[in-house]
Amino acid sequence: MQLESPQYNAIETRDLSIFYGEFEAVKNVNLKIEKGKITAIIGPSGCGKSTLLRAFNRMNDFVPSCHVQGEILLHGVNLYSKDIDPVEVRRKIGMVFQRPNPFPKSIYENIAWGARINGYKGNLDELVEQSLRGAALWDEVKDKLKQSAYALSGGQQQRLCIARAIAVQPEIILMDEPASALDPIATLRIEELMQELKKNYTILIVTHNMQQAARVSDYTAMMMLYPETRSGTVIEFNDTKKIFTRPSDKRTEDYVTGRFG
Amino acid sequence: MNQFTYPEKNEMERFIAARYRKAWAWELAFLSSLLIAIISLSALFLNVVDGAFGYVAFEYKKDPATLSAKPLAELNQEELLAILQANLSKGAYKKLDDKKPMTSRSADDLRNLAVERILQVKTRETYPLFRSLFQRAAIEAEVAQKFPNAKLEFRSWLTPAFISTPQSSKAEFAGARTAILGSLWIVGIAVLLALPIGVGAAVYLQEYSNKKSILNRIIQTNINNLAGVPSIVYGMLGLAIFVRAWEPFTSGAMFGVTDTNGRTLLAAGLTMGILVLPLMIINAQEAIKAVPDSIRQAAFGVGSTRWQMVWHHVLPAALPGILTGSILAMSRAIGETAPLIIVGASTFVTLDPSSPFTKFTALPIQIYQWTSRAQGEFHAIAAAGILVLSGLLLLLNATAITLRNRYQRRW
Repeated sequence: MQLESPQYNAIETRDLSIFYGEFEAVKNVNLKIEKGKITAIIGPSGCGKSTLLRAFNRMNDFVPSCHVQGEILLHGVNLYSKDIDPVEVRRKIGMVFQRPNPFPKSIYENIAWGARINGYKGNLDELVEQSLRGAALWDEVKDKLKQSAYALSGGQQQRLCIARAIAVQPEIILMDEPASALDPIATLRIEELMQELKKNYTILIVTHNMQQAARVSDYTAMMMLYPETRSGTVIEFNDTKKIFTRPSDKRTEDYVTGRFG
Repeated sequence: MNQFTYPEKNEMERFIAARYRKAWAWELAFLSSLLIAIISLSALFLNVVDGAFGYVAFEYKKDPATLSAKPLAELNQEELLAILQANLSKGAYKKLDDKKPMTSRSADDLRNLAVERILQVKTRETYPLFRSLFQRAAIEAEVAQKFPNAKLEFRSWLTPAFISTPQSSKAEFAGARTAILGSLWIVGIAVLLALPIGVGAAVYLQEYSNKKSILNRIIQTNINNLAGVPSIVYGMLGLAIFVRAWEPFTSGAMFGVTDTNGRTLLAAGLTMGILVLPLMIINAQEAIKAVPDSIRQAAFGVGSTRWQMVWHHVLPAALPGILTGSILAMSRAIGETAPLIIVGASTFVTLDPSSPFTKFTALPIQIYQWTSRAQGEFHAIAAAGILVLSGLLLLLNATAITLRNRYQRRW
């Protein structure tokens, strides 16, 4: 398959619905994610934000009852079409999880492993250094690359996970509440790092923290449940500034001003 | 009047006292259960120790003083050789020499020969440890009366020599080496069979199959049930399949071995392997389950295939748990007796096993055979054998615990 030739839109969903068995968890999502920007997905708990995010790199494939209707297009290619290999999708679209989850191996191995299994042919040491620099972690760990990743602090571990994601050179990085397990200072460092990362990558972030969405993102998608069906959907998608200052939907306004949720 | 009332002060005090009495009674019940367990285990252990040491009344057919002025223990190899040559018939000496040249034998070996063949020691009576310790005078009186020519000597039946000498028809010279080696061969073959298959099955069940499917649940339940099937049933299976149906393979006929039937180490090892297989699968599954999903997601997230994820992350992380489980399975296998009897363990084997295609004995079998003999000295070496077996089990379990404590990762 070919996932080449960048366009204006990094990735796009068309009438995307996600089901767990019979239950429609996410309904009819149409988003055009702009390249090189940070797009935040916000909304109350249980509205399908993580489910939607995980659809982008087909992580939902591991939930046996989960299936998808509609399309997710990367450079015009549907990621869910039969001839697409999910392994390749996940290399192109990396992911950073809610809790730092480094491999129980050395810092170096954490970065090098992804490259090695994907058949990377260049200089591994350089790739490790470049990835760690890219995640603003190099200066802190350059003298202890052989040490276990578990010796790092939570914030450092999360940046290591970001370095691990960028080492396989994805186009898009999905972040599922990447700072929810971190203290405010570590959170701030991750947010600063995201501003650096968006020069090279398109970032999609799910967050519960509305200040965080307002601080870091360029675009915001507001998700909400249909009360009748308990399915989540995107009710408003716009510039972050607009979402937080002049939302067009009353429910968005209530949510971002803290009146509920 | 408030309907939610607690007892008044006096009543409350009585009520609390009653609660403490009840709690104390339960505590006592739990403590006595523990005491009963400890007492039974100690009784078991003391009973074995009681049998393995103690006084022995024995007679020599020939008085050692007639052989040499010095005690036998102080003689060197040449002196012993001379004694053997002088006292054994020519034919007997030649027979021994043919087996293994006499001049190449060690002094200890020759000394044993001298005791066995010339002095011809004969045990008259064995006494258990506690009687030996506390009723020495009574034992001496009894021996003086019943066996006027016998000597009384304190003997430990569990000695380094007991572990290192092969089986013999005379209890005084019998050792457990043949049986220990047999047990090790059987457990070795069992692990070679069960470990790869068990881990493979566990990986498939945990990482590949759909855990919610009906078929999977049926398989899982069956594996759990198989772990509880009586071992004698596995013995029947081993007899029918490995000993009879696969005889050309297990007897080694396929490989040019001619002098055995299917009742070999290989058949016993395979039977034991099948017996511990469910345990292996369950243990490995538990170890794999303990690896958190976040690691799997992380691996998938960088574009790993399932196999790469399993091989590089899940298996290394689960390895200490898998090893611990295998060692525990080994200790199960080493103590199993029933299936070996069914498969056809030989009770009297003096030659060390040299290939998987030899007839075999194992420690529990040997102990069983010794206990069923009439003479007291065989009961004593049976007790010594039990101590060896317990020591072996303790060693295995200690290794498992050490491994677990050292390498187990807390996520």
